[in-house]
Amino acid sequence: MENKKTLLEVKDLQMHFPIESGVIIKKKVGAIRAVDGISFEVGEGETLGLVGESGCGKSTTARCVAQLHKPTAGSVFLEGNNLCTASKEDILRARMDMQMVFQDPYASLNPRMTAGNIIAEPLQIFKKRGVLNIGQKEIVEKVEGLMEKVGLSRFFRNRYPHEFSGGQRQRIGVARALALGPKIILADEPVSALDVSIQSQILNLLADFQQELNLSYLFIAHDLAVIQHISDRIAVMYLGKIMETADSLDLYKHPLHPYTEALLSAVPIPDPEIERNRHRIILTGDVPSPDTERHSCYFYDRCPKKMDKCAKSVPALVDMGGGHKVACFLHHAVSES
Amino acid sequence: MKKDIILKVEGLKTYFNTDEGVVKAVDGVSFELSKGETLGLVGESGSGKSVSNLSIMSLIPSPPGKIMGGKVLFGDKSIFDLSEEEMRNIRGGKIGMIFQDPMTSLNPFLRISTQMVETIVLHKKVSKHEAKKRAIEMLDLVGIPKAYDRINDYPHQFSGGMRQRVMIAMALSCDPEVLIADEPTSALDVTIQAQILELIQSLSKKLGTAVIMITHDLGVVAGMCDNVNVMYAGRIVEKGTNDEIFADPKHPYTQGLIKSVPRLDKPKQKRLYSIEGQPPNVIDLPECCPFFPRCEFAMDKCKTAYPPVTKFGDTREVSCWLYEEKTRGE
Repeated sequence: MENKKTLLEVKDLQMHFPIESGVIIKKKVGAIRAVDGISFEVGEGETLGLVGESGCGKSTTARCVAQLHKPTAGSVFLEGNNLCTASKEDILRARMDMQMVFQDPYASLNPRMTAGNIIAEPLQIFKKRGVLNIGQKEIVEKVEGLMEKVGLSRFFRNRYPHEFSGGQRQRIGVARALALGPKIILADEPVSALDVSIQSQILNLLADFQQELNLSYLFIAHDLAVIQHISDRIAVMYLGKIMETADSLDLYKHPLHPYTEALLSAVPIPDPEIERNRHRIILTGDVPSPDTERHSCYFYDRCPKKMDKCAKSVPALVDMGGGHKVACFLHHAVSES
Repeated sequence: MKKDIILKVEGLKTYFNTDEGVVKAVDGVSFELSKGETLGLVGESGSGKSVSNLSIMSLIPSPPGKIMGGKVLFGDKSIFDLSEEEMRNIRGGKIGMIFQDPMTSLNPFLRISTQMVETIVLHKKVSKHEAKKRAIEMLDLVGIPKAYDRINDYPHQFSGGMRQRVMIAMALSCDPEVLIADEPTSALDVTIQAQILELIQSLSKKLGTAVIMITHDLGVVAGMCDNVNVMYAGRIVEKGTNDEIFADPKHPYTQGLIKSVPRLDKPKQKRLYSIEGQPPNVIDLPECCPFFPRCEFAMDKCKTAYPPVTKFGDTREVSCWLYEEKTRGE
């Protein structure tokens, strides 16, 4: 992994959404700390899997990276350019290299546009803004090429989203993301809404494009089996913090953080033999609300292995060797400054 | 072969009349549920899992839905012959149900206590005071902390996992003989899912309730079911015990389904196995095997008629032409 060029670098990213009160004069009374200081890198042609439960800030992270939310602090570097301080023009240009695929293939496609127009839209927008020099005829050709590439007949160009099944719609979503020839795709739960047999089709499709185009993915999912399958490296998030990050095989074989252990043991495995003999770590309670500032380990409330120390300071994410980083006092004694 | 059968479904057919044609959502489903058994019903969306169970509860909206044939025997009573009043006694009383989305299945305007007491008073013929005591007991049992206080809360004051616990408490509060769980954990996170599945499993054992577990997640089935029925396009294509289905899947669809799930415990593959194509449209389905366009073993025969059921031993049934010779040999 070290020899690959870094494409995307995120440093101390923080996204706090204000909680306001008051009818006419709004006053900030608190903040939802959706993402609370995270750093990671994605190399060229690499897939970083971001995994965690709902509300842990996975999607907010992706949206901050794409500059759909302006992060409250921290920086996002795409090929060395800091997008958080970049001008609108530069962000527009950067979006050519960075596209998103969304979770819900029903909500993310405009029902009043035909499949062809949906896939062509990014091209049309960049043409209009003068970034892209492309003729209408070329656009049509490109759209047809993309449709065949994602496994849709080009004769479906004039159909509307409701005429497609969920899997086919997600293929349209993938084609739209590929239209501008991006270097990295931010995939926010792209297979969660799909059936098992369709899910594997889309996962294979994404893997094929990665090989062919040397794409990078920031792949977000809550399903650990899916994440393990597609990712080179995995970052486990909890309450807006990264708890552990490692190579995907390493993480599954030697999880260090108690939260990762619990997550892994909670995933049902489709084999009754294994299921019967498995020891399951059942976490008690729910994920706490991210609206308070924490001075303890973020996982403290639910951790089965908590110590006194964990209540006093926040453990830092420390490299335990070979790029396996963990934020837990069981493995080191470094606190966050 | 099975003892104490409490629920028997025979040749159930539920069709919906739509503008585009007749949707055969459930087309000849038969299965049996014995006391204390956990039966898994697996299939993709649109395979008829939920409609089968709504039919069992006579909750199919009619029109457009219509039960076109078949019988459901609960004990010795035929459910479709019961009056609405008798049915209401069974629904929520003898047969409890948990739905997928705990937010939409609880009334947001009513306190938990109101909703639970209503059910218990209706089915158990007890006073309101006793019903409330029972409700608190049940909430305690499903692991809601400070149940005594929390019973007066509104649904929005609970988290998703907690709401699902409330639903389970409500479904079990009248000592049902059968619990139908329709994707009870699909809307929940993995760690919460593990909690809820464990809860359903331990409570059903403790109370001797039979469970029909409807899910699309093969992992959930492997973890908690005794027997499994695999559904495709409105019919059961394969039946067997949990171990048989996973160790030796016979129907090409079951095989494909099991192979296409990425697994944590297996070394990483380059590519996942995938079943090509889309699930069929169940409108005006021709008389053929609905899986043949996606099947790698498809033969000419598959296009002309629906395969008969082939039995293997006492517990296994497969509907596939590949095993038809075995039937003929007998």
